[in-house]
Amino acid sequence: MELTTPTLVTAAYLVTAILFILAFANLNKHETAKHGNYFGIAGITVAIVSTIGLAIDRDGLDVLVYIVAAMVVGALVGIWRARTVEMTGMPELIALLHSFVGLAAVLVAYNSFFEAENFPEVKALYERLGTEGIHNGEVFLGVFIGAVTLTGSIVAFLKLSARMKSAPLMLPARHWLNLAAVVVSAGLMVWFVIEPSIVPLAIMTVIALAFGWHLVASIGGGDMPVVISMLNSYSGWAAAATGFLLNNNLLIVAGALVGSSGAYLSYIMCLGMNRSFISVIAGGFGTDGQIAVEAKDYGEHREINAEDATALLAEASSVIITPGYGMAVAQAQYPVAELTRRLRENGTEVRFGIHPVAGRLPGHMNVLLAEAKVPYDIVLELDEINDDFPDTDVVLVIGANDTVNPAAIDEPGSPIEGMPVLHVWESRDVIVFKRSMATGYAGVQNPLFFKDNTQMLFGDAKQRVDDIVAALPSRERAQELAAP
Amino acid sequence: MRIGVPRESKPGETRVAATPKTVEQIRKLGYDVAIESGAGLSASFTDAAFSAAGADIVGAEVWDADVIMKINAPNDEEIARLGPGQTLISLLAPALSPELVDALAARGVTALAMDAVPRISRAQSLDVLSSMANIAGYRAVIEAANEFGSLFTGQVTAAGKVPPAKVLVVGAGVAGLAAIGTANSLGAIVRAFDARSEVGEQVESMGAEFLRIDVEDAGPSATGYATETSADFDRKAAQLYSTQAQEVDIIITTALIPGRPAPRLITEEMVASMKPGSVIVDMAAANGGNVAGSAPDAKVVTDNGVTILGYTDLPGRLPTQASQLFGTNLVNLLKLMTPDKDGQLVLNLDDVVIRGMTVTKQGEVLWPPPPVSVSAAPVAAVAAPIEPKPVKVKDPNRKFWYVGIGAAALLLLAPFLPEAFLPQITVFALAIVIGYYVIGNVHHALHTPLMSETNAISGVIVVGALLQLGTGDTLITVLAFVAVLIASINVFGGFMVTYRMLNMFRKA
Repeated sequence: MELTTPTLVTAAYLVTAILFILAFANLNKHETAKHGNYFGIAGITVAIVSTIGLAIDRDGLDVLVYIVAAMVVGALVGIWRARTVEMTGMPELIALLHSFVGLAAVLVAYNSFFEAENFPEVKALYERLGTEGIHNGEVFLGVFIGAVTLTGSIVAFLKLSARMKSAPLMLPARHWLNLAAVVVSAGLMVWFVIEPSIVPLAIMTVIALAFGWHLVASIGGGDMPVVISMLNSYSGWAAAATGFLLNNNLLIVAGALVGSSGAYLSYIMCLGMNRSFISVIAGGFGTDGQIAVEAKDYGEHREINAEDATALLAEASSVIITPGYGMAVAQAQYPVAELTRRLRENGTEVRFGIHPVAGRLPGHMNVLLAEAKVPYDIVLELDEINDDFPDTDVVLVIGANDTVNPAAIDEPGSPIEGMPVLHVWESRDVIVFKRSMATGYAGVQNPLFFKDNTQMLFGDAKQRVDDIVAALPSRERAQELAAP
Repeated sequence: MRIGVPRESKPGETRVAATPKTVEQIRKLGYDVAIESGAGLSASFTDAAFSAAGADIVGAEVWDADVIMKINAPNDEEIARLGPGQTLISLLAPALSPELVDALAARGVTALAMDAVPRISRAQSLDVLSSMANIAGYRAVIEAANEFGSLFTGQVTAAGKVPPAKVLVVGAGVAGLAAIGTANSLGAIVRAFDARSEVGEQVESMGAEFLRIDVEDAGPSATGYATETSADFDRKAAQLYSTQAQEVDIIITTALIPGRPAPRLITEEMVASMKPGSVIVDMAAANGGNVAGSAPDAKVVTDNGVTILGYTDLPGRLPTQASQLFGTNLVNLLKLMTPDKDGQLVLNLDDVVIRGMTVTKQGEVLWPPPPVSVSAAPVAAVAAPIEPKPVKVKDPNRKFWYVGIGAAALLLLAPFLPEAFLPQITVFALAIVIGYYVIGNVHHALHTPLMSETNAISGVIVVGALLQLGTGDTLITVLAFVAVLIASINVFGGFMVTYRMLNMFRKA
């Protein structure tokens, strides 16, 4: 068999696809995660270099000017953003990167359409293969998925960066609007497949952009972990659709990997919130029938000050910290890490319990804690730590609310019924760091705050944790105190 | 308001309802405290110490205070000194002594029974039964050790081997658990039995072996106390006791059922089967006794040399500590009843704790209170106000259905697809399956790096755009240029930020 550039490139794509699979496979645990990233980098390098080779081989050396210009600018922007982004800003960055995939998918699909329209030999090729209709369908789907991903991710980005209010947009008959968008787009697709022209494609693009915008706008800020995972999935499907329309197996594989990754993450997030997967994929979920919870009297809550909280912590032998989005908002991860370090020096066992949907991104809390140099082996997942609460002296709830709400277990009919929660109330003492007695995202009052072993520490979480760290006796002092 | 703490009149009572420490705490709540002269002497608290803590040392006029705090229920003479407007807080055993309740009501007194604290976790800090039982359990072991002619702990000495004492504790409530802990720390081999098998874990955590019998047990009780047991259970338990009686050196019984005589657990035959020199402590002697032949406040030695102790004043045998704990329970009650810390006692009958303890209110009998349901273990049938949503039972075979339907759909669809399309679908489907399994293994803590990695990898869409740059068509070139640029942002930015994040994760 003759060694040609196209066959070489096909082989290179196969290598890349395998390297991508290895990249994800190695991300499974901390020890090998970096190797995974290297596999990914190696894979994309092989793909890009071979593709550039093919482009030069086909289009001549001139094309290299465009390639270098576009890629250098893109690389500079990408690396600059990646190096400067705050870890608390990770959700925004990831949302933005999703939107780029969507935009790229739209552009590539349009180009593929223009190629077929403007170059008769391309059109002839599809006709000969008998895939003209399929190709048109693929273009249409590629644009649709890409456009939805694009605007959906932009809205997610705006909401996460507080440039847009995070409350769900409640248009009247919004489900009908969504349905209409899908039905009209399907009709346009039939039109486009039978008689390809820019008109149905352009109309659909506008509809899809509006649809993506509306889909995410009608979802509230606290559901962002699901939204981001879902958009992650959409961006993968967009890439896969592009692969279909370009007959590029590498794109299909990479898109399918990313798409199933996002779907799997959304699935985990759904389990974490006890919502159905289907309703999430469809979008606009969790907003049905505004939750009308009757005000229930749980009694009085008790307050504690930083000084007493310090005393509790100083004599505790085991402490679990359950952070939530509030910790990220207050930028409290550094003082929390410092507190952890000090307590551990004093011989206290400190661990973290992370709820799957804590934060605005799957695994967000883990990254924030890692950034603050909290060792990852004391940061445990809901299932790993939930049985340990009864043996724990003190639990610090920092900026979490719904994820530690006992109503999910013992109040049938509660909007969060059935959601897995951290059983913090089973420990001896619970200290809840909170700004005020306001309810969490789900709008549900939290009976935890009124439990007998719960005490509220009001104020800015960062400030309060700083106070505790300042008041905590040093190691020497603690030993002095312990000595008779 | 003024709080008065009289000297205990009950013969043999060594405790006192306040200590210098608790006086200070009571005064912080805004009250004045009057202590009857000599009230704390037998608990080693002198008048001077009380005085230094800020209490007034008074004589019989202590009974004129607004609130009287005592250990034991008042006798007739003391009741006669009480009058309308006064509040009495002490042990009252309202269920067993209705005449006392009536007498107090007749005097127009508000009376709170410290031995009627509902067993809910919030009220633990004022539960004197628990705090006294704790001390009593400790003391029971000490008393037994005192009578027992051998060591508790096993030793190997130059003079020979000493076997460890074997202790059986019946009833694993607060007293039982305290006894288990004490006997265990003295080095004995401890076994324990309780009708509520739910306490097995607590027993084991205190270092004893929990004996089980094969029968439907009494289960968690709604009040937190033990209830009466079934006949079958009693028969099997009796077998257990008689086997154990022949083996162990010490038996400590703590079985009490509130409002009823104590159950007779250890029969005469069992006592007779024990080794000479064995000791039994019947902590239920005051309520009729768990052991045949035990007598309240007495030490009985049987014909076969078994000593049966029926002391009912076990907490009083540690008067200093017992007074401190009792006093602290009272302080906690006052804290609850003095929400504004202004020295004004507030009787809030909406609070289940206060309602449960209030026996009379200004002459009105409020006993018995409505039941409060609590338990250490969740009670099985909690009346749910709202019907729980019906749980959808998932068909365990549904995955076969899904696979079957999916396969059939593909087979039906395949003939209508152009040939060139099939390999792509194959690749796509297999990649999804691989993706599902590979991603499913990713550690939850790495989900954010996973997402940024997928961002980078979906940037591979750049390869599509790269091949569109050289078509020569201006529009296509411009669009492709933009696509390459933003896809490159994804590729470089995604890998870079993943690299940054992964570098942050470090092990302890």
